[in-house]
Amino acid sequence: MRRLFLCPSASASAVALLTAAGLLGGCGGAAPPERAAEGPLVVYSGRNEALIGPLLERFEEQEGIAVEARYGETAELAATLLEEGEHSPADVFLSQDAAALGALSAAGRLAPLPAELLDRVPAGFRSPRGDWVGLSGRARTVVYNTERLTPAELPASLEAVTDPRFRGRFGVAPTNGSFQAHMAVYRVLRGRPALDRLLAGMAANQPLRYPKNSAIVEAVIAGEIDWGLVNHYYLWRALAERPGAPAANYFMSEGAAAGFVNLAGAGLVRDRPAGRRLLAHLLAADGQRYFAEQTFEYPVVPEVPAAPGLPPLPPAAAAEVDFAAVSSALEETLVAIHDSGLVE
Amino acid sequence: MDRAASLALRRGLRGRPKVRSAAAARGRAPWPLAAVAVLTAAAVNLPLVYIFARAAEGGWSAYLAWVGSARTLELLLRTLALAAGVTALALAVAVPMAWLVSRTDLPGRRFWAVVGALPLVFPSYVAAFTLVAALGPRGYLQAWLAPLGVGSLPGLVYGYSGAVLVLGLFTYPYIYLLLVAALRDLDPALEESSRSLGVGRWRTFARVVLPQLRPALYGGSLLVVLYALSDFGGVSIVRYNTFTLAIYNAYRGLFDRSVAAALATALVLTALVFIALEAVLLRSARPGRRRAARPAAVVPLGRWKRPAVAALALLAGLNVALPAGVIAYWGVRALWVGNPLGGVWLAAGRSLSASAVAALAAVALAVPVALWAVRHPSRPARVVERLSHAGYALPGIVIALALVFFATRLARPLYQTLALLVAAYVVRFLPEALAATRASLLAVAPVFEEAARSLGRGPLAVLGTLTLPLIRPGLAAGAGLVFLTAMKELPATLILRPTGFETLATTIWSAASEGIYSQAALPGLLLLLASGVPVYLLIIRPALAPRGTPPATMTD
Repeated sequence: MRRLFLCPSASASAVALLTAAGLLGGCGGAAPPERAAEGPLVVYSGRNEALIGPLLERFEEQEGIAVEARYGETAELAATLLEEGEHSPADVFLSQDAAALGALSAAGRLAPLPAELLDRVPAGFRSPRGDWVGLSGRARTVVYNTERLTPAELPASLEAVTDPRFRGRFGVAPTNGSFQAHMAVYRVLRGRPALDRLLAGMAANQPLRYPKNSAIVEAVIAGEIDWGLVNHYYLWRALAERPGAPAANYFMSEGAAAGFVNLAGAGLVRDRPAGRRLLAHLLAADGQRYFAEQTFEYPVVPEVPAAPGLPPLPPAAAAEVDFAAVSSALEETLVAIHDSGLVE
Repeated sequence: MDRAASLALRRGLRGRPKVRSAAAARGRAPWPLAAVAVLTAAAVNLPLVYIFARAAEGGWSAYLAWVGSARTLELLLRTLALAAGVTALALAVAVPMAWLVSRTDLPGRRFWAVVGALPLVFPSYVAAFTLVAALGPRGYLQAWLAPLGVGSLPGLVYGYSGAVLVLGLFTYPYIYLLLVAALRDLDPALEESSRSLGVGRWRTFARVVLPQLRPALYGGSLLVVLYALSDFGGVSIVRYNTFTLAIYNAYRGLFDRSVAAALATALVLTALVFIALEAVLLRSARPGRRRAARPAAVVPLGRWKRPAVAALALLAGLNVALPAGVIAYWGVRALWVGNPLGGVWLAAGRSLSASAVAALAAVALAVPVALWAVRHPSRPARVVERLSHAGYALPGIVIALALVFFATRLARPLYQTLALLVAAYVVRFLPEALAATRASLLAVAPVFEEAARSLGRGPLAVLGTLTLPLIRPGLAAGAGLVFLTAMKELPATLILRPTGFETLATTIWSAASEGIYSQAALPGLLLLLASGVPVYLLIIRPALAPRGTPPATMTD
């Protein structure tokens, strides 16, 4: 008796091929070949769904515009947008930090924004080229373990971080966009030689390196390090998971870039009216209050106050920083961070 | 006496006919086979085309500056040291374990056989995170020891030792699973002759059994090496700098794609060295004489029973119970604080279906490549088969961006569809299916196929009724490996998935990336369950099934 393709493996292989062929045929038809300007607004979001999702839903309800959000890591999404080039299906890019927006802007991948959007925020909170705008502020702070240190023992300035008494007892995230932007600000305010000295001093002080801010906050709570350089709001999330964990924020008050506020922001990959309306929605008082109350970030429009319990932004925070200069200093700063040995 | 006997046996092994002569007798490969194999290899190598093109974009002098720098040399040495350490640890765990569950009267050996495969289920960032949480300088272990005055543990979980520990303890199943499949098909006659000639049990294992397991050992080790080269999640958490970490840093820090691509080319060249090395080693490995006609005798462990079980339990405590326990603890803590556990059934269904389709497709494509290389071993066939492994050393982000590049330009309708995501899984994980398929093909001598052909069967009929049934355990193991790895794949999934397509892995990422670990608990446990069951059904159960009945297809 001849039996062809009756054994399970052979039929499984045949099924696989058929399925693959079916997928190719079936799914191919579902995706629009060239997206019409009428389709849903495609948002690439480097910001987490838990944080930004409700805000986008509210926008959909209020404005009657369908939103299709893709979530990912900010840097990976920026690399994807660069790789897609003009073929990108994206309309809007929501970024966790100004650096990724700066990279897209430098590559000419962002559309210019109208003045009425740019003018809602202070000059320091938007793109020097006018093609992206800040949505919320993220202050750089020191998070510390309250069982091991008092605020008086913490570094009051960035330069103090290089003090040998902190050797091997603090954490940084040198590949994280927020840290890089912080150093770029320092470069603008103090110049390259001072930046090189600061980075070399930090590297010599043997900080523990972490891939991101949340890992530093975890390490501080675990007592693995005494303190670390982070963005201010990670602490509130950690405390929401673990009320009473021994950690607190401390704001450096002396020296250059001590009170730096990094920006999360947005740009238009394609200039569509629906995209402009989304940015307007996020910059309106309601949207800004959401950032203040739900994500504990600093609003960027002057009329909305920060969440209760947050220290007010140092009045100089926005004025001190010229984001145009910071954006152009970013690339040089990244090279300096690499060369300093801070990135292993 | 026993030395002479073992030598005689080895001479006997050496005297068997080589594949090459068998293939020469059969002439050239049928062209459809070669065509499918070449097309498959071409698709799998698209990412290589992409990185060399991107690297060239930065200019030759910039390329040489990055690749020739002292930093790259240091990365190379660190990466090689990692590969060596991880492989050594993985072999040290996998070989005894495979023998224990396949050949001995170990109590509960089915249970241990499944548990031994489970570490593969955990994404490496989860593995690293939990090891650090438990064994870190101020981890759970230190907290228990604190009353004894232990203020801090040595930082063994960081740096080189940490990376070797995390990758070795969580990737050895690649070798273990191939070994279990190979041991099942091993003809016990040679071992029995060796024993009857007075050779001791250990020497018989080392000199008679192990040489026959070479295809599985080499194939599994290559998978472990390439996995270690491509891993990002584990090494970033234990802070050990490798090529892959440097590639991610180039994307994240510099937004510079040509620097990332230049580093990726260096990584691929490193991988090719290992891939060629495996080929050289394999050349001395001979195909099995024939399929096992009856089960091997069970070795009584005697007084070694308890130590064996204790060792397995200790190991499983580290690489199964610990990560599963930490994930469960997140869940309990979430309930305690009053946070809801997210609903993840849809994500589980999506993970399962995408991974299952990828597993079937990968095996279907691996068969022609392996058949061509093993049964018709010409130089082109070997090169195509070897090249199909290269992409496995590339980190997921590089594969994903390469497919973004090609799909947006050449296959726009497929971009951000499930079909492209499945294709990405196949491109990334084909070598896993290939290694398993090839190892099982090498274990089956071509005489059966030649006999069937000489009796007038067509090539497809021989494939369907003879070859595939004979290598079924290998095919199942290959599908199982691809399935497992695809279930936990993250970087390519994030970049290539259809919009809104949440899998278990993306759900865990989404929760963990914002520090909301409670939301990661349920998807984490589901990932464990959804992967463990197929591993049992596909790999463990067939491998431990009682033997003795030849395949039905051989009786007609």
